[in-house]
Amino acid sequence: MGGYLGVDVGSVSTNLVVTDEEGEILASLYIRTQGQPIAAVQEGLAQLEKKVPAGLTIEGVGTTGSGRTLAGVVVGADLVKNEITCHAVAAARLVPDVQTVLEIGGQDSKIIIMRDGVVTDFAMNTVCAAGTGSFLDHQAQRLNVPIEEFGSYALRAKNPVRIAGRCTVFAESDMVHKQQMGHSLEDIIAGLCEALVRNYLNNVGKGKEILPPVVFQGGVAANVGIRAAFEKALGLPVYVPKHFGVMGAWGAALLAREKMRANPQPTRFRGFQAAHLEYKTSSFDCTGCSNQCEVISISMEGKVVASWGGRCGRWENLS
Amino acid sequence: MRITFPYMGSSPLVFKQLFAELGHEVVVPPPPSKHTLDLGTKYAPEFACIPFKILLGTYLEAIALGADTIVSTGGVGPCRAGYYGELHRRILHDLGYNNVRLLILEPPLRRPRDFLRVLSTLVEGPLNWLRLPGILHRVWTKLSALDRVEKAAHAIRPYEITKGETSRVYKECLKAIDAATAVAEIRAAESEALARLAKVPQDTTRQPLKVALIGEIYVVFEPFANHNVQIMLEEMGVYAERSIYLAEWTLGNAVVPGEKDIKGAARPYLSELVGGHGLNSIGETVIYAWRGFDGVIQLAPFACIPEIVAKSILPRVSRELNIPVLTLFLDEQTGEAGIRTRLEAFIDLLAARRKKREGQVAWAAI
Repeated sequence: MGGYLGVDVGSVSTNLVVTDEEGEILASLYIRTQGQPIAAVQEGLAQLEKKVPAGLTIEGVGTTGSGRTLAGVVVGADLVKNEITCHAVAAARLVPDVQTVLEIGGQDSKIIIMRDGVVTDFAMNTVCAAGTGSFLDHQAQRLNVPIEEFGSYALRAKNPVRIAGRCTVFAESDMVHKQQMGHSLEDIIAGLCEALVRNYLNNVGKGKEILPPVVFQGGVAANVGIRAAFEKALGLPVYVPKHFGVMGAWGAALLAREKMRANPQPTRFRGFQAAHLEYKTSSFDCTGCSNQCEVISISMEGKVVASWGGRCGRWENLS
Repeated sequence: MRITFPYMGSSPLVFKQLFAELGHEVVVPPPPSKHTLDLGTKYAPEFACIPFKILLGTYLEAIALGADTIVSTGGVGPCRAGYYGELHRRILHDLGYNNVRLLILEPPLRRPRDFLRVLSTLVEGPLNWLRLPGILHRVWTKLSALDRVEKAAHAIRPYEITKGETSRVYKECLKAIDAATAVAEIRAAESEALARLAKVPQDTTRQPLKVALIGEIYVVFEPFANHNVQIMLEEMGVYAERSIYLAEWTLGNAVVPGEKDIKGAARPYLSELVGGHGLNSIGETVIYAWRGFDGVIQLAPFACIPEIVAKSILPRVSRELNIPVLTLFLDEQTGEAGIRTRLEAFIDLLAARRKKREGQVAWAAI
């Protein structure tokens, strides 16, 4: 049996998906990147191999996320694709008439507007990470509430407080202030969820025409409080897919499948054994011209397999 | 006088010849780099825009190389750039460069007196005034030649078979044009350059998407300020056309009142001058939609009010004329990875739209 692999290396999490011949998810994995994308991809491959049905051969691999190029070298990708396209493709596969995709990850958030199955507009947060998963993580820790329960606290709120959500630093001091005033934890958490949603809609979603069906994905979609706040702010039902956390990786796998079917060729996948190879990176500042590019080289088992980062193409080598 | 000037695209080659022919020593500033931006960011107000910071850094680098006179341009209308010359002057003064003069050329049509006053400082003595027409003719020939050669390179790059080949040839052509000073020499260097570029091996079966780059002049014009988006797009196989070339822009803004078509095209959406290039951003988007471009990318310095005004109007233009628009705000915090991700997604969007229009599966083999 054949299948396809998708790998999404983000700032906070690394997600892997294996699909069957038709693109349906057979196995998926969501682990922390912890600042070490190569190690995370290798760990992911090792864990995923145990979850994959015996006798499955990978016929195509796609990588995405901010670490997509690096991940592409480590696993041997047939397709390296930006995360916006991947998220859109996965959402459209699940909900073919989707018109709006809300995606909030560890350190970035995006909105994708689709019409008739095609992306017509998109935006990503530019200024700061306020309202993304890392901030929620941090606040959950500070309030001593497990992140998994954060959302259900919000749902129990009777009277959500108003919190300044523009900036994480101000949001935090505002929350401290509200705590000292004696507001309940539930009301504060619900207020925070609403503030983040307000911030998202005013910044990332500014000027975008948000029409149903609305699909909400990315790690933060696990938070029922944020989902409820979106439904309240938009006045629309918000659909959270079962595999909300790995939609980017699924999209990468689906695109790899499209590509390999359109143009059949052997996959470049290094196999699950790539989990046990030794990868090393090194970098230097090129002094060839005034651009002073930071050039990165990746070696596998002591042999340079790729380098990039230069503007002039002198060092580019993405074999 | 040891003269220096802002660095913008290939224009330093022109300014170099202009001031040298006027009998001044010229200090050509180094092309903007991370070091330039670090210097500018260190001494500029935090909320100044990226063109201001790069210019300040450039001036400081040129002063370190011995420049004692900086020639820059002013501006009109409600954009902060009109005051930037004065602000630069004060910052340099506060840093102790009291002996450095900053000469600001104001637009000759709007402020002819100020323009002439500065011009007469640069053109010293009657003999130079007599030579001025000849000098301007040569400099104009060079400016136009540089624009035409650069346009040719941009048109060829999306078709090049070996990535980077066009840029390599173009760089050599620039050297040859730089070395030419007489009108006949410049024209010969231009023809030679165009011929050499035409020989770059190309795959003419490609059908590149067509994207226009519009926005604030400095970030559109200077590749360092926009992370080289034009070439980045072209190397992704996209035909990218820049709205502003210096010869045309100078002609339309400083010599004769122009850009009537751009203002006319913008009128249904914006009829007021909003400063900087805000009105142009609207008008140009309309014109590129009429010309059948697949998409428009607006390049704007972070916190640039004219471009923010334009950005808030562009969704309507985009909807009514059915042309996707992507806005990229640029400052010293902007990372290349973020720009690349957005460009790639935008290109995917345009490609999917085209496939759908042609009746194919939108996402297949993207």
